[in-house]
Amino acid sequence: MSDPVPLTTDAGQVAAAPSPAPGRSRRLSDRGLAVAFISPALLLLLAMSVFPLLWALYLSFTDYSATRGGPARFVGFGNYTAVLTSAQVHQRALTTLIYVVGAVGLQTVLGFGIAYLISRRTHGRGVLTTLFLVPMMLSPVVVGLFWRFMLDAQFGVINSMLGSLGLGQVEWLTRQRTALISLIVVDTWQWTPFIMLIALAGLTAVPKYLYEAASIDRASEWFRFRTITLPLVWPLLLIAVLFRAIEAFRLFDLVYILTNGGPGVSTETLSFHVYKVAFLGFNTGTASAYGILMVLVVIVLTQLYLRYLNRLKEG
Amino acid sequence: MAVSVDEAVSTGPARDRTPPVRRRSGRGRSVLEVALLTVLAVVMLFPVLWMIETSIKENRDVYAVPAEFIGFTVTMEHFKDVFVGPDGGRSALSVAFLNSVLVAGASTVLATLLGVPAAWAYSRFAVKAKKDQLFFILSTRFMPPVVVVIPIFLMYRQVGLIDSKLGLILIYAAYNLPFTIWMMKGFVDEVPAEYEDAAMLDGYTRLQAFRRYTLPLLVPGIAATAVFALIFSWNEFVFAIFLTSSDSVRTAPPAIAGLIGGTTTDWGLVAAASVVFALPVLVFAYLVRKHLIAGVTLGAVRR
Repeated sequence: MSDPVPLTTDAGQVAAAPSPAPGRSRRLSDRGLAVAFISPALLLLLAMSVFPLLWALYLSFTDYSATRGGPARFVGFGNYTAVLTSAQVHQRALTTLIYVVGAVGLQTVLGFGIAYLISRRTHGRGVLTTLFLVPMMLSPVVVGLFWRFMLDAQFGVINSMLGSLGLGQVEWLTRQRTALISLIVVDTWQWTPFIMLIALAGLTAVPKYLYEAASIDRASEWFRFRTITLPLVWPLLLIAVLFRAIEAFRLFDLVYILTNGGPGVSTETLSFHVYKVAFLGFNTGTASAYGILMVLVVIVLTQLYLRYLNRLKEG
Repeated sequence: MAVSVDEAVSTGPARDRTPPVRRRSGRGRSVLEVALLTVLAVVMLFPVLWMIETSIKENRDVYAVPAEFIGFTVTMEHFKDVFVGPDGGRSALSVAFLNSVLVAGASTVLATLLGVPAAWAYSRFAVKAKKDQLFFILSTRFMPPVVVVIPIFLMYRQVGLIDSKLGLILIYAAYNLPFTIWMMKGFVDEVPAEYEDAAMLDGYTRLQAFRRYTLPLLVPGIAATAVFALIFSWNEFVFAIFLTSSDSVRTAPPAIAGLIGGTTTDWGLVAAASVVFALPVLVFAYLVRKHLIAGVTLGAVRR
């Protein structure tokens, strides 16, 4: 094996042949390399995420308006008290709460149910899963627009189907109460696959011998579900639910497209209200305070999410 | 290992071996379950099918009451309108699609270039407060976009990035970076650090070991991560609508949403534009279906 010319050119040989020149300059230490590799990414995040938030924090203590311009006057906690004591904001908070609880609750029940049904099938699981996942990959713009068309009171296909079944017509998007329900339905349609996907992963990870042991003991189906399936899938499901809750809390695009907050203000979520205060009311200072308060809620939810995620990873 | 769909759908051999007693009582139930799944699948897929149908219907069929499910005249007019303007030139929508390709592509490249090295460094080195840094990075992604867009808007106005593709590329790169780092860290963790150690024993520097041994093994992971970043940027709407306004800069989502602004809405055109917009996403999502769980949870959930 003392061939001067290597016959094989596998990576190891090539690597060994020209022994790499000892670094001309001093080799980068691991520490230096870590800094050099991480800092560009962190710099971009600092510039595009942290700095804007700090600026918003500063603006939230001023009466600055993006259109009026002029110097910003310091107003202390004025914006915060204005937001927190506003009846308008309370109403939006209630709408958001109904929406988040309703949509995420429905998605969880439906998503877990579908995953459970799929996990019991032996054939065609791949096809079924793929088909169910389609709505989740669509842009909220496409989803919002299309449901707006389908829910149209005059020529929408939903009312048309209700009509042929002999049922009454529903003004889905133009009545206060049904508009919020429509929003929940559309969000559920789009995001049930998300819960389903994660629940299915949890369900298939349950070791089969547990079920076999239980069936030897003649345990009832419900008992098996309650004592084996649920406890084992629950940690993963909780992650999915929290993730969806954060996403639903900050929802903006679907509202903007589907109902534009209307009729009246019945489907205005907190995100949508911030947008109105900032870009239609031009109260940049107030909107910033409003936004910072929303960020605080998101931070609490995210901490919860990360804590469970951490527990899942360590467990 | 990430829990992949393929893995999740693998058929368990133990399933068929249910005792015969159970099987007889379970048959009716099994039929019921299949029926239920079929109904649910139809409900979930109907809107997508309806969208495709609407995109190939003539206008009078689009607004027909009661709705026509079959037996309408097929036309490709709406798809032509998506790409060709009324004056025969390029339509505004096709320009928007090109902008989307450019913005999503460039921002994905930027996020990948910054994210992959960072993920490798987080995976390999003892960085101070590593866990806190990683959690901080992920939490930036959870900020409500409407809140972030207010100061970004003011910032961009100051530096002249408002209504520019560069501005969108930068914000999308920052928006995808947390995802890229988390997703890629998972892939790097799967490559044994011993490969690099062995290469370093051969006299390579750490950097060379990364480039020659680890990086080639990461290529499939990088591709999957980039595809997800591409989908997220492609679908993004909030930043696009607030930070751009002119037709020459606007990406596809606000352009499609703009179709319903006027007094009458050409729903056939909306449907055709939506189909053209959604098709690449579905194709790409199918390509990365093995990593879907990690992808949609921003790289957080994988086992």
